[in-house]
Amino acid sequence: MAAEQPLFDPSLKKRKKKAVAFTEDPLGPEADPTTPAPTTIENTTTNGDVIDLGPTTAHEQMKQSLNGAPDSVDAADEVKEDDDFKAMFPDGLKKKKKKKDIPMDLGEDGSGASTAAAAPAATEDLDFSDIKKKKKSTKKKAMEDFEKEFNEAKAKDEAEEAEADDGEHLNELDEADLGDDPFARNEAPAGIDSGTEPWLGSDRDYTYPELLTRFYASLHAANPSLLTSTGKRYTIAPPQILREGVRKSIFANVADICKRMHRQPEHVIQFLFAEMGTTGSVDGSGRLVIKGRFQPKQVENVLRRYIVEYVTCKTCKSPDTLLTKENRIFFMSCESCGSRRSVNAIKSGFQAQVGRRKATAQ
Amino acid sequence: MNVQNLNSFDPFADEGDPLGGNQDVGSQQNYLHIRIQQRNGRKTLTTLQGLPKEYDPKKLLKAFKKEFACNGTLVDDEEMGQVIQLQGDQRLKIVKFLTEEGIPKNTIKLHGF
Repeated sequence: MAAEQPLFDPSLKKRKKKAVAFTEDPLGPEADPTTPAPTTIENTTTNGDVIDLGPTTAHEQMKQSLNGAPDSVDAADEVKEDDDFKAMFPDGLKKKKKKKDIPMDLGEDGSGASTAAAAPAATEDLDFSDIKKKKKSTKKKAMEDFEKEFNEAKAKDEAEEAEADDGEHLNELDEADLGDDPFARNEAPAGIDSGTEPWLGSDRDYTYPELLTRFYASLHAANPSLLTSTGKRYTIAPPQILREGVRKSIFANVADICKRMHRQPEHVIQFLFAEMGTTGSVDGSGRLVIKGRFQPKQVENVLRRYIVEYVTCKTCKSPDTLLTKENRIFFMSCESCGSRRSVNAIKSGFQAQVGRRKATAQ
Repeated sequence: MNVQNLNSFDPFADEGDPLGGNQDVGSQQNYLHIRIQQRNGRKTLTTLQGLPKEYDPKKLLKAFKKEFACNGTLVDDEEMGQVIQLQGDQRLKIVKFLTEEGIPKNTIKLHGF
């Protein structure tokens, strides 16, 4: 497809992707510990490791498709791939190259030129993907449409880059063949104007995802501010790990991190020890001494899992939750959506015998 | 005539899991736990705990040892039952092996850093 488009320059897309990837990460080393706690969490670490934050909600998808409009289908595609990936490696330890989620606040801090150029293409693009999706058009159809769009693009010089990107995006759409999958979630903008619902033409029943997107579409049509309010991000200072001697690590800012997460240090420490299969203690100045050698990145991974399991609300993903203990069971209640659920008790599993036997087995 | 006591409806009947069996709801049920433990230096141990009854731990251990080229042993623990213990960090390899053998991924819990 790209071969017959002499104007199509693959480097254009490369550059764009890179610009997207270089946004500040909540846990990046340059993260300012004094910034207030925001409301969303990126599901990737500084180096692109993916952490399972649960499935994306339709609301988030719409946000994504609005803010990163030229990449909307692309983003949904990535989300799908991410899900698969996460399922394969539940802890997301494996590196993922160059696959960063499209940041929510692209519209605000993104370079003005590229977003502005992309804007005219964006609206076209939205209904265009709809048409394609509903008709389940073949590759040929996509080609024709692409050619048409491409000719338009030649007319406008400033929109060229956006169109090139559009072409690539079409490519990916074809590869993924999303049209056949009723659960492909990129039909977000569909149904904003009632009467275009895909189930009207046929006598089939509507599916749950379709109704859900319809609900969100009408919700956002009524309240446009919901999509534009980007909200603050959930920032936690990266863990500071110092080495004490050869076989001990010191987790210096554990108290600060616990305060930021609104969790009891004991609970966090218990989780850390259970997950890392080690022991330790808190020293006089409130630092955590962990037995064993640990890198900051490893501790960060464990902390992220703690946040996913015990801090973020599973329903609305808000980190604004309270953990309370009732009858020996921990309950997590969300401050923003009011949901309440029980969470797993922390249980450390089998501890193998390491070190000298003589010392322990009297 | 309708006497409520004669109704066949049992108000105390279990109405099923409200979360639709949505895996982890405060329960520690049959998960396969894969953990890592640090030994001295760069050495580590991998433990596999909570193997379903239908798998023979001995045979699995043998397969693991051959596949991952590591040593390992079967440890009897009072609480945890039989635990497979392997030398080195074999966590991802175990997950790959087990999923290829048809154990659903969502029953496997990978711990550690």
